[in-house]
Amino acid sequence: MSEYYKPLPKPSPTSRPFWEAARRHELTLQRCGACRAYIYYPRDRCPKCFSDKLAWERVSGRGKVYSFTVVRRASSRAFSDAPYVLAIVELAEGPRMTSNIMAAPEDVRVEMPVEVCFDDVTPDHTLVKFKPA
Amino acid sequence: MSLKGKAAAIGIGELKPVKEPGDLTALGLMAQVAAEAIADAGLEKKDIDGFLVGVPFSDPGMIYPASAAEVLGLNVRMLNQVDIGGASPAGMIWRAAAAIDAGMCSAVLCIVADLNKVGDQRPPVISVQREFEAPYGNIGANCGYAMIAHRHMHEYGTTARQMAKVAVDQRTSALKNPLATFNDKALTIDDVLNSRMIVDPLHLYEIVSPVSGGAAIIVASPEVAKRAKNPPIWLLGAGEYANHSTITYAPSITESPIKPAAAAAFKMAGLQPKDMDIACPYDCYTITVIVTLEDAGFCKKGEGGPFVMEHDLTYAGDFPCNTHGGQLSFGQPGLAGGMSHVTEAIRQLMGRGGERQVKGAALGYVNGNGGIMSEQSSLVLERRS
Repeated sequence: MSEYYKPLPKPSPTSRPFWEAARRHELTLQRCGACRAYIYYPRDRCPKCFSDKLAWERVSGRGKVYSFTVVRRASSRAFSDAPYVLAIVELAEGPRMTSNIMAAPEDVRVEMPVEVCFDDVTPDHTLVKFKPA
Repeated sequence: MSLKGKAAAIGIGELKPVKEPGDLTALGLMAQVAAEAIADAGLEKKDIDGFLVGVPFSDPGMIYPASAAEVLGLNVRMLNQVDIGGASPAGMIWRAAAAIDAGMCSAVLCIVADLNKVGDQRPPVISVQREFEAPYGNIGANCGYAMIAHRHMHEYGTTARQMAKVAVDQRTSALKNPLATFNDKALTIDDVLNSRMIVDPLHLYEIVSPVSGGAAIIVASPEVAKRAKNPPIWLLGAGEYANHSTITYAPSITESPIKPAAAAAFKMAGLQPKDMDIACPYDCYTITVIVTLEDAGFCKKGEGGPFVMEHDLTYAGDFPCNTHGGQLSFGQPGLAGGMSHVTEAIRQLMGRGGERQVKGAALGYVNGNGGIMSEQSSLVLERRS
């Protein structure tokens, strides 16, 4: 296996459950027990109502491409394997996520339905990505 | 409470950016532009009693303001760094005015300079961005603005030709700006669209070019302004807003925080967008100008594309916009890129626009934009007749 040289997430105590779920190939989000908002990225308090009653929930993994770009020349050498599709995915539960769409650049459209997929980039790291639904 | 008429810009210093930094240092560039701005105002260094500075990416440090002030040999009653990205220079103007109005100081040196250090060296981002953005390649500013452009095209039918027109008109003005980095060749819409695609849908000529340089502005109290060499350019209104850092988490990526920032600035000034003689919207990318013109109220939401096609944005046109060429033609010397919009508005209102002077320009709108359409700082400036 070739060495993976792109930036890897370093989980914090706050986000560790998110990345542990990703390694199990599950997409989980925090949900606020007070205002019921789904939250991404993980927080210590709800960014809407500041409640600390946050619980993890497994979510549908369905969403749509809110917007995207095809990065043809990356700002970082770690991504010299460009082109790649960078997107903002709007999850069915509401929050938006930065991710990649695993599809040919010419096939990606704004508002296109997508579903979650998991990229085990190293034995210890799984990134949450999306593919056309 | 209002800052209307409480302080004025009375002097500017600005370097012609260079592509290769060579032996330059950011602190050395600051000394150059500081000396130039103080002389331009007709003041002496000892008159400067306030200091607002942007931290250069090429030579960052903690407790930066006192360190830079020591290098420049300043003794000041108020000092701070302003860290709101490309909005920092516009943000400095009202912060200087607020400090002056509060009686803390009377002549503030606002200064930014940076070197273009080629390579993979990027300013550090906070933990959540390293964790949730970088692994997916959301690094640097290009990606976010490209996604704004795609969504704007989807929602409003904005076209690549409309976006390109911004770069074309600004280049026409840059041809009359000796300080602009790109001032030797006119552009056509086809030139822009034939330049290399970097991040769909943005082409090379729609993206700022990093360069090395610096700029400074002196903001002064009414008393100090009375003895200035130049006609004082008064701050009439200011407004600031931020509702996200990474564009993914913005409430909308096509409707920006410029809307509340500009509305606050115009309200304080008691004026409207249509009253402005010139506009200097921050332009890191072509789409940034279109979104700014919409959200600042120069046209309706979604009509920025048709607006830039229907109007001549050059210094000689019916809607003079970024008459220095914008950053797209001036170049982006770090935070000094964002100061170029402020210095140009001041220059035009002082009547020092040279060959690109907009006749009778008395009122100007400036917007500073930081990060990915994040921090917004809007100003309304006036030359009183």
